[in-house]
Amino acid sequence: MAETSASTRVDVIQTDYMALTRRKRLYSLVLLIVFVALMVAGFNTADSRNAGGFWNGITHVFDFPAEVLGEAWENIAELPRHLVAHLPALIETLNIAAASTLIGLIAGTVLALLSTRGLARWPRLIGLFRRLMDIARAIPEIVIALVLIFVLGGGPVPAMIAIAIHTTGALGKLFSEVNENVSLKPVEGLRSVGATWAQQMYLGVIPQVGPNYVSYALLRFEINIRASAILGFVGAGGIGYDLRNAMSWGQGKYDQAAAIFILLFLTIVAVDQISGYLRAHLTYGTQAREGVRP
Amino acid sequence: MLRIEKLTKKFGQNTAVDAASLNVEGTAMIGIIGRSGAGKSTLLRMINRLSDASDGVIEFEGRDVTHLTGAAKRAWQSDCAMIFQQFNLVPRMDVVSNVLHGTLNRRSAFTTIFNLYPQSDIHRAIEILDRLGIADHAPKRAEALSGGQQQRVAIARALMQDPKIILADEPIASLDPMNAQTVMEALRRIHEEDGRTVICNLHTLDTARRYCDRVIGMRDGRIVFDGSPEQLTTNMAREIYGAGADFSEAATSTEIGTLEHGHAEDAHIRALREAEATA
Repeated sequence: MAETSASTRVDVIQTDYMALTRRKRLYSLVLLIVFVALMVAGFNTADSRNAGGFWNGITHVFDFPAEVLGEAWENIAELPRHLVAHLPALIETLNIAAASTLIGLIAGTVLALLSTRGLARWPRLIGLFRRLMDIARAIPEIVIALVLIFVLGGGPVPAMIAIAIHTTGALGKLFSEVNENVSLKPVEGLRSVGATWAQQMYLGVIPQVGPNYVSYALLRFEINIRASAILGFVGAGGIGYDLRNAMSWGQGKYDQAAAIFILLFLTIVAVDQISGYLRAHLTYGTQAREGVRP
Repeated sequence: MLRIEKLTKKFGQNTAVDAASLNVEGTAMIGIIGRSGAGKSTLLRMINRLSDASDGVIEFEGRDVTHLTGAAKRAWQSDCAMIFQQFNLVPRMDVVSNVLHGTLNRRSAFTTIFNLYPQSDIHRAIEILDRLGIADHAPKRAEALSGGQQQRVAIARALMQDPKIILADEPIASLDPMNAQTVMEALRRIHEEDGRTVICNLHTLDTARRYCDRVIGMRDGRIVFDGSPEQLTTNMAREIYGAGADFSEAATSTEIGTLEHGHAEDAHIRALREAEATA
């Protein structure tokens, strides 16, 4: 008797679970169909709006790189000279990226602290500071740069300000998410000794979130190098300006374009390696160097 | 059946397992004891091929499994189930799915990603859960279960693999005494009823004595004792744990019976603390 009731109980569980599984499978199938339909529809729309058409253009995708590489290969002897010639422009680009990252880091930190629940100096103004960061993120860098170039004239300063504004918004958002997980106990401890808000933040919160902040800031530095290279195209100086000149000149200057691409690639690789090392070091401390025993 | 010869694992300068040799004939329930850092976990992880041996040979049924790679290595891992201290389940997936993970080696990535397990496997998973007394929790998420229940889900996953050997790495170290007993009894029953070999890392002596037919003692990566529980004298235990004369089995016990003494001690300490706080 006990035997049969036990086996029917298992039967019931099995039947129920199978029903549950069938329902989940049905949902997955519906989702898959929606996904495929969206992909096909989206692709067809894009293809029909495209001037040349995707399938006609796809065969020519490699024509331009082939042309650039071909010309660069013919003038391979010129390459070292080009690399040296464009080095000052690269340093200018790096300077723009570094300055804007630093400004964004400081402004982002302040805005993040002001817009985190539990830490904010003026809790009622959290919404205001959040919207400020939203605005900073919403306006494309290139739009800010173009407006500033119109007002201040061409050069690296408008690019720096444009990237700094965007970085402030982006880092502020990331930092305030880091702040959500912070322990309030040290802050309470500091409040109990009569510390000001700035003291509580700098001495109680920053030590907890520092490694995460630096890690995000380094990632942002990489992104900003690319951004400042792109802004060079609209006349903000740096290596992007050289690249535009080399490319729009057309044939005859492609060897210079190739040299600039090599410089940019090497820079990105170098920054990626260094920041990867720094991030691992910050996150895992000294363990990163010693082999960690599982 | 399982033969290990001069198995060694080095981490840089440190030797975690030092020329360990071991022979298992027929089916057995084996307990490996030793203090933390003695190399017990590393030994099991090498047998399962979660980590590679620096030197030595692991042979199973006459086949060398030490240097298997790719599909052959994964097939061996499917035959050699592993149970972990922290259960190592996928917390956000339901209990039956976690058990079904035991069949991953037999199924293609496509069918498992789209949750297309055969009905017979699903029914078997629930039968195994019923055998371990947790079938009622089948549709719940693994993270919603208590530690003891999660460890039984992990055992069910191991059984779903239909393994030739089961390795358990400190299966009860994160559990309270009551759950520890349930889990150890489940492992013992699997050994007795299914005739599977179970090798179990334990950090307490009395658990090994109570549930295992054979006890292996490790110290500083070396196997220093290998025999029946009766042969394991208090002196031998002191040697394994590197403890002084004040060492007693009750002090390391997780059993409920011996714990009463420990509880009394706890209560004493608690009373002292309270007195201190109110003073």
